[in-house]
Amino acid sequence: MPVLSTREKLAILSDAAKYDASCASSGAGGRNSLKSGGIGSTEGMGICHSYAPDGRCISLLKILLTNFCIYDCSYCINRSSSNVRRARFTVDEVVRLTMDFYKRNYIEGLFLSSGVIRSPDETMGEMVEVARRLRLDEKFGGYIHLKTIPEASAELIEKAGLYADRLSINVELPTDEGVKRLAPEKRPETIRVSMAKLRSKIEEKAEPTLRTKTRERFAPGGQSTQMIVGADATPDARILKTSARLYGSYQLRRVYYSAFSPIPDASSALPLKRPPLMREHRLYQADWLMRFYGFDQGEILDGQPDGMLELEIDPKLAWALRNRASFPLDINRADREMLLRIPGFGTRAVERIIETRRFRRLRLEDIGRLCQSVAKVRPFIIAEGWSPGAATDAARLRETIAPKPRQIELF
Amino acid sequence: MAGQRAFSLAAYAVQLANPTDFDGWRDAARRLITNEVKPEDIEWHVGGDATELPAPTPGVELRVSREFIDRAAIVACHSNGERFALLYRLLWRQRSEPHLFRIASDPDVRRFEAMEKAVRRDEHNMHAFVRFRKIGDGDGERFVAWFEPDHFILELAAPFFVRRFTGMHWAILTPHGSAQWDREKLAFGPAASKEDAPASDQSEEMWRTYFANIFNPARLKVKAMQSEMPKKYWRNLPEASLIPGLIAGADQAAREMIARMPTMPAPHHQAIQAKHWPAAEAAAETEAQSIDALRQQASQCRRCALWSEATQTVFGEGPDDAELVFVGEQPGDQEDLQGRPFVGPAGKIFDAVIGEAGIDRSSVYVTNAVKHFKFEPRGKRRIHSKPNAGEVQACRWWLVKELKLLKPKLVVALGATAAQSLLEAPVAITRQRGQAITRDDGLAVFLTIHPSYILRIRDPQQAAAERARFAEDIRTVRQMMAG
Repeated sequence: MPVLSTREKLAILSDAAKYDASCASSGAGGRNSLKSGGIGSTEGMGICHSYAPDGRCISLLKILLTNFCIYDCSYCINRSSSNVRRARFTVDEVVRLTMDFYKRNYIEGLFLSSGVIRSPDETMGEMVEVARRLRLDEKFGGYIHLKTIPEASAELIEKAGLYADRLSINVELPTDEGVKRLAPEKRPETIRVSMAKLRSKIEEKAEPTLRTKTRERFAPGGQSTQMIVGADATPDARILKTSARLYGSYQLRRVYYSAFSPIPDASSALPLKRPPLMREHRLYQADWLMRFYGFDQGEILDGQPDGMLELEIDPKLAWALRNRASFPLDINRADREMLLRIPGFGTRAVERIIETRRFRRLRLEDIGRLCQSVAKVRPFIIAEGWSPGAATDAARLRETIAPKPRQIELF
Repeated sequence: MAGQRAFSLAAYAVQLANPTDFDGWRDAARRLITNEVKPEDIEWHVGGDATELPAPTPGVELRVSREFIDRAAIVACHSNGERFALLYRLLWRQRSEPHLFRIASDPDVRRFEAMEKAVRRDEHNMHAFVRFRKIGDGDGERFVAWFEPDHFILELAAPFFVRRFTGMHWAILTPHGSAQWDREKLAFGPAASKEDAPASDQSEEMWRTYFANIFNPARLKVKAMQSEMPKKYWRNLPEASLIPGLIAGADQAAREMIARMPTMPAPHHQAIQAKHWPAAEAAAETEAQSIDALRQQASQCRRCALWSEATQTVFGEGPDDAELVFVGEQPGDQEDLQGRPFVGPAGKIFDAVIGEAGIDRSSVYVTNAVKHFKFEPRGKRRIHSKPNAGEVQACRWWLVKELKLLKPKLVVALGATAAQSLLEAPVAITRQRGQAITRDDGLAVFLTIHPSYILRIRDPQQAAAERARFAEDIRTVRQMMAG
C-alpha cells in the first residue's frame, strides 16, 4: 500500500466520519486553562465554528482513527466488504491535528471514532491513548468525545471516561431485528449492556468518594447514541418508542437520528435514494416534545394509523389538529403543561407568558410579540379581547395554517 | 434609525468618551435622573459638544437592580446610536413601573432585549469565527486574527480567548481596536487593518481538506448553513472559499453516489470474515444440566415480549446446591442495569433483613418469577409495571427448571407474583403470610411480602412495623431451615 500523507489520511478519515450525526460539544461544564497555562476550555454551551453546505455545524474535528474494520454493517461506508480507500492515523497525527486546529480556533475539540481493527480492546486502547496524550502531554482543556466500542474492556472504558467529556455507543438501528439483518456481526444485547454499564459508571462517579469527598471525573457530558433512520422499514412510532426506552433506561443526553445517506460503494441491501431529511427533522421535533414539552411517546402518534410523523406539518401541530377538543386555551389562565401544547409556542415563549401575565392580562398583540407566528397560534388560544370562535373547529384549519407546499427541489 | 440632528431642542447634550463608555453613561444618568431631567430633554453623543450636567441631587436615592446595570452594560456595546437614550428611558420608567422588565411585551423592553441579544450574538459569533494565523515557531510562536464585529464587543469578547488560549501569545485585530495576550496580561490597543494580520497559515490547507470532506453532498441545505454562518463573515474564513464549489458539485456528487451500482466485495473481505466471524455452529437446545447452562439459555429468551424493552435477562444467582431459595417478582431498574437480582433498593432491605436473621446471602439462591424488567419510560425514569399473568406464565418455564436443578428444602415466595408462579393459583399474601404451603410435588413454599412493599409505605412508623413483620417471617424461615 502506498504511504499516505497526513492530508490524504485526513481526507479519507473525515469522509468516513461524516455519517455520524453528533457534533455536540456542550454539557462538559466549565473548564479553562487559566490555571494550567495550557490550551482549551469548555463553557457549558458548545460553539459551532463553521457550517458545511449541508447545514450541519462543524464544532469538533470529527474523524476516524482508522476506517479498516472487521465488521460488515451494510449501511456503513467502512464495512469490511466496501471498496473504499483505507487509511489509518497514528496517535501522534491525531494529537497534532487536534492541537493545530484548536489553536487556530477552528474547533471546540475532538470527536474520535474508529473502525474496529484486530480486536475491540486494541482499537479502544489507541483511542484512549489519543485522549490521554491530549489531556496530559498537551494540557488540552477542550472537548473530547470518544465513540466507545461496546465490547471494550471495563478498564479501558474507565480510562476513556477519565479523559473524555462524552462517551457514546451507537445502537445503530431502531430495532434489534434491524441490527441483526443489516449489521450481522453486531450484538444488540452487548450494546444494551454496555450502555447500562456506562450509565452505572457515570452515576457511581457522580457520587463523592468516601475518602476524599471529591468527585472523580468521568464523562461529565454524559452519554449519547445514534440510530440510522430510513435504512429499514421501521415506522416512526417504533423509533420514538426506542428513544423513550433509551432515555429512560440509560439517562442519555441525546439520541441522534441520522437519515440514512447513500454512500459510495453501497450495499445492495439498502435503499439507494436521497436521505429522508424532513423525516429526520420531524423525529428531532418529536424527540423534543418528549423531552421538553411533557408529551408522552404514545401520544405523539396516537391516532396516526401508519405510525409515521407527517412530513408537511410539525408533530405538535399535528397533535393539536387531532385533539381540537382540548382547544382553544385561555392563555391568561391555562397552566404551563397545557400552554406547552399550543402549536407555535416554544418553551421560552411559555415561560414569558407565565411571567408577564402576573402583571397584565395578555392580548393577542402581546402574544404576537412573544412568539414567532401569531397566525399559527391564533386558532388555538383565547386572549384578552380575542376568541377564535369557530376557527378552532373549522374543517379548513389545517390548510390555513399549514405551510404552503413548496415545490420539492428537483434533482 | 439615525436621529434627526439638524438642530437640537434638547436641554442637555451628554458627551461620552467612547462608543462603549458605559461608566460615563452611568455617571451622567445619575446626575440627570436625580434632577428629574426627562428622557426627551437629553441627547446622547459619543464625542462632540457637551452641555454641563447638573450635580446629582444629594439625598435622592436611585434604586435600580444589579441585573439591569449588568444587562445595560451589554446593550451599551450595541452599534445603534439610540442605545444610550433607550437605556435612560428604561431607567426613568422603572421608577414608576418597578415590574417593567417582567412585561416582556412592552416595546421598550423588547427593543432592549433585541439589542442585548444582538450584542450577545455578535460576541458569540466572534468566539466562533475568529481565525488565528500562526507566525513564528517555538518560543517565537504568535497567533494573530483579523475580525470585523458588528458591534463594539472586543472588550466583551476578549476574556473568552484568554480562558481558552491561555498558553498562547495571541492578538485579535479589529477596525475598532485590538486585543493582545502575552500569556500573562490582556492589553487593548488601537484599531488595526486587515493588512496588519498575516495573510495565510499552513494549517489552512488541512482545514479546507477537512471542511470539504466532512460535507455530505447528499444533504445539501444551503439556507441552514447561511442562517448560522452569515455571508458577511465569509471573507475572513479560510474555508469559505470552498463553499460555492461544494454547492455546485453537490448534486453531481450525490447523483453519482446513488447511480453507482453496488460493487463486488473488497478483496480482503473474505479473509476478515473467515478470521473474525467463523460461522457459528448451531447450538442444539439441549436440556441444561447446570444453573450456568440454564442462565446461558435464558439470556436469549424470547418466550414473551418483555426482552425487547429490557437491557438483559436477570437470572437467579446463588450456589447450585442452595437449600433455601428466594423468589421475587421481577428485576427493577438497578437489577436490569447490573444483570443481577436484588441489588436495588428492595435488595438492600432484603440483604439487611436476612442478614439480621442470620442467613448468609451467598448461601441462598435468589431469583425472580419474571426475569426481564417491565416498565414504562417516564422521561429519564422507568416506572415499574406489574407483569401480567401471561408473562408470569411464560417465565415459569425458567423457574421450574431452576427448582428442578436446585432441589431446595424450602422456597420463599416474596410477594403475590412469586406465590402465584410457584403455586399456580392466586394467593392472598396478607392473609396467608408467615406460613408454608406444601405443593403436590412435596416442595414447601413459604409465603411473605416482597420487600419493595416496605419501600412504598410513606409513614415511617408504619414502614418500621412492616419491616419488623417481614423480619419476623424471615426468622421463621431460618427456624424451618434449622429444624
